[in-house]
Amino acid sequence: MSQPLLSLQSLTKAYPGVVANDAVSLSIAPGEVHALLGENGAGKSTLVKMIYGLVKPDAGRMQMNGAPFAPAEPRAARSAGVGMVFQHFSLFDAMTVAENIALGMENAPKLGALSARITAVSEAYGLPLSPDRTVGDLSAGERQRVEIIRCLLQDPKLLIMDEPTSVLTPQEVEILFKTLRKLSAEGTAILYISHKLEEIRTLCDHATILRLGKVVGECTPRDTSARDMAEMMVGKLLQTPTRAGQAAGDTVLRLTGLSAPAPNAFGMALKDIALDLRGGEILGIGGVSGNGQDELLAALSGERPVPRGMITFKGEDIGPLGPTARRTRGVLAAPEERMGHAAAPDMSLTENAMLTGAVREGLDRRGFLDWPAATRFAESIIKRFDVRTPGPRAAARSLSGGNLQKFVIGREVMQRPEVFVVNQPTWGVDASAAADIRQALLDLAQGGAALIVISQDLDELMEISDRFAALNEGRLSAPRPAQGITVEEIGLMMGGAHDMEVAHV
Amino acid sequence: MIGLVKRPEPSRLFSLAAPVLAVLATMFFGGLLFAALGKAPLEAIQTIFWEPLFGEFAFFYRPQLLIKGAPLVLIAIGLSLGFKAGIWNIGAEGQYIMGALFGAGVGLAFYPLDSVIIFPLMVLAGAFGGWIWAMIPAVLKVKFGTNEILVSLMLVYVAEQFLASMSLGLMRNPEGMGFPGSRNLRQYASAHNGELVAGSGMHWGVVAAFIAVIFAYVLLARHRIGFAIRVTGDAPRAAAFSGVSPARLVLFCLGMSGLLAGLAGMFEVSGPAGQVTIDFNVGYGFTAIIVAFLGRLHPVGILLAGGLMALTYIGGDIAQSKMGLPAAAIQVFQGMLLFFLLAFDLFTNYRLKIGRTEVA
Repeated sequence: MSQPLLSLQSLTKAYPGVVANDAVSLSIAPGEVHALLGENGAGKSTLVKMIYGLVKPDAGRMQMNGAPFAPAEPRAARSAGVGMVFQHFSLFDAMTVAENIALGMENAPKLGALSARITAVSEAYGLPLSPDRTVGDLSAGERQRVEIIRCLLQDPKLLIMDEPTSVLTPQEVEILFKTLRKLSAEGTAILYISHKLEEIRTLCDHATILRLGKVVGECTPRDTSARDMAEMMVGKLLQTPTRAGQAAGDTVLRLTGLSAPAPNAFGMALKDIALDLRGGEILGIGGVSGNGQDELLAALSGERPVPRGMITFKGEDIGPLGPTARRTRGVLAAPEERMGHAAAPDMSLTENAMLTGAVREGLDRRGFLDWPAATRFAESIIKRFDVRTPGPRAAARSLSGGNLQKFVIGREVMQRPEVFVVNQPTWGVDASAAADIRQALLDLAQGGAALIVISQDLDELMEISDRFAALNEGRLSAPRPAQGITVEEIGLMMGGAHDMEVAHV
Repeated sequence: MIGLVKRPEPSRLFSLAAPVLAVLATMFFGGLLFAALGKAPLEAIQTIFWEPLFGEFAFFYRPQLLIKGAPLVLIAIGLSLGFKAGIWNIGAEGQYIMGALFGAGVGLAFYPLDSVIIFPLMVLAGAFGGWIWAMIPAVLKVKFGTNEILVSLMLVYVAEQFLASMSLGLMRNPEGMGFPGSRNLRQYASAHNGELVAGSGMHWGVVAAFIAVIFAYVLLARHRIGFAIRVTGDAPRAAAFSGVSPARLVLFCLGMSGLLAGLAGMFEVSGPAGQVTIDFNVGYGFTAIIVAFLGRLHPVGILLAGGLMALTYIGGDIAQSKMGLPAAAIQVFQGMLLFFLLAFDLFTNYRLKIGRTEVA
């Protein structure tokens, strides 16, 4: 076997109260596409931060091309040939592509020379990108290209990519994969972090699976089923959500020509959305983030009421009603952002139970609040949804993301909604909690409620939806039965590649 | 490296200990300040904190505590409701003046009629005066999105001009031999807010302050509106999601703080002050902002803070006359109190981390 490009031996990093990485060893060969797989909190981020020089390991050694490698800071890692594309972009909207790239370089050449190099690299790797465009006008996929080109200009030997596809349409993912394959063919190793198993099976040569900071398995993704990988990741047998087929009931929610102006300069206007939702069905709404998901939820929850005639619930016009009036009728919602939107971070779980439960749980007696009853309500949510917390007195912010999400979803589910709208129900939630949440949503539909599930996780939508639609630029595509729909079709519903060209390789 | 790390949950211990630590730190650094001015620090501290309560002339100063503390508490309770929700009424001083003018106006209009309904009418008028003055920034904010901090503050200066105009013109005492200022309401029994128990300093404003404390406590702990206020302060988006109307909350909070400030002004003008004069207002409306924060925006805390603030006022006066401390030094002393409170308050939600920090 040839000498590995990078090898890690027994890397350990502990934070107070938690061992983030416990004796992690792995090696990456030149040109290898290596997947790093694991749930949230498994230690993936800590591991790559050590490679990129952001975190110092407590113990263990790293070797690059056989020589000891211990970057004290990202600059040292970069000069050793490590590049990293973060999940969240660090770009300035008001500046051009070239200016943004110049800002991230140690010895930036003159802008003209840099532009020429950007054009050269972008053509070589099939990443068409004009250096003079303003970043604010670019799609998420194009912004990611800026980050990738920024790394490629340093001529990296190892490229680390942190969840790169979470902001891309399937077509954009395809373009990205072509680029990554080309890089790999030229000998650049890629460390690819993701929890999307199908992607890893398509792209990666080798996978290392982390759980609770330890390496729990290695595999060749092409020869391993997604289910097996998921079970290694979670460490137990996964319950696939189940549901019995049932006929849809009467139409309960009807949207006709739902339009709303953008709430602010960074928001998206809703344009002429039409939809019929029946009792007992789940409508999955996909789409790249920022195409009107938050705005649709706000219009449906009543947070931003709309004019008459746009939303009818069981024949009643509820468009102009606020959240409390809609809750009274059984139209409930759970927004994407848990901290500060679905829940008040500094308040206790009891108070957060009161937040949306006051009307339907009878916690509000002519303006006076029944706190003992709210505590009992919070306790019942904690019990039924297995929320890990010391008790209802704990502040919402002390809960982990997954546990708080279980609480927030559970709070609405326990209120017996007739229509339930939820945005990103399992975002940032570990696999077993996500399965629990999906099962709760399916059970709710089984009981006759109508659900709208907005999500960026297409696998999730395919798993639970009866019908599927996509948001693109504030417009909703016509819903189609989810069964038998292809990824290609979904991609087109989501707006295709947003006018990006396919790589010319 | 010294850094701050956010606590997973607010520390109950520190939220209670912060005011005590702040008072102790103020005593210490205030003592250094007095020493630097060439005064005996221990004696100065003792004069400020001990003399008014237990000194030789305590029988005179103790009622003063109630008289000075009542308007502070009354105004601060109102302000705290808005402050909790992130609605900043900085113009309580103006609402206090308008309450006094409306209340005194009603009383003077009935002069010299003798009736038991005059004083209740004055109370209503005073509350209305403060409320309507606060509704100006409230409505402007709701309708046009103006900044309530600026508008309410500017209206203080408008109110001061009204006060001057009234004491020189419309409300001037016709028998006052040309001096500015209204008739003295102390000499008009039907409109006089006198002592309820002779020599105690207890007047209707003190009663109102205690009622306001209880009212605010129940509102915040048990009522839907109080909960809406607390949620809005913690997470405005979560409040909107739960169904709180921000506009209604602005109207309620500004209205309530204006109403209580108006009441405070009315009780003051008909009692301890006695008449409308150009220099009627002495800054209670601004000091109440400090009182509200010193009391951690909690009704009981505000009650204690109002007492403490009144103590430093009276003690400060004594220190000025007895030890020749400059008035500015007393103000610095009071400012220190707020500064240290805010500083120690940080540790309720953060803890100090000493050692190497790293990017995680």
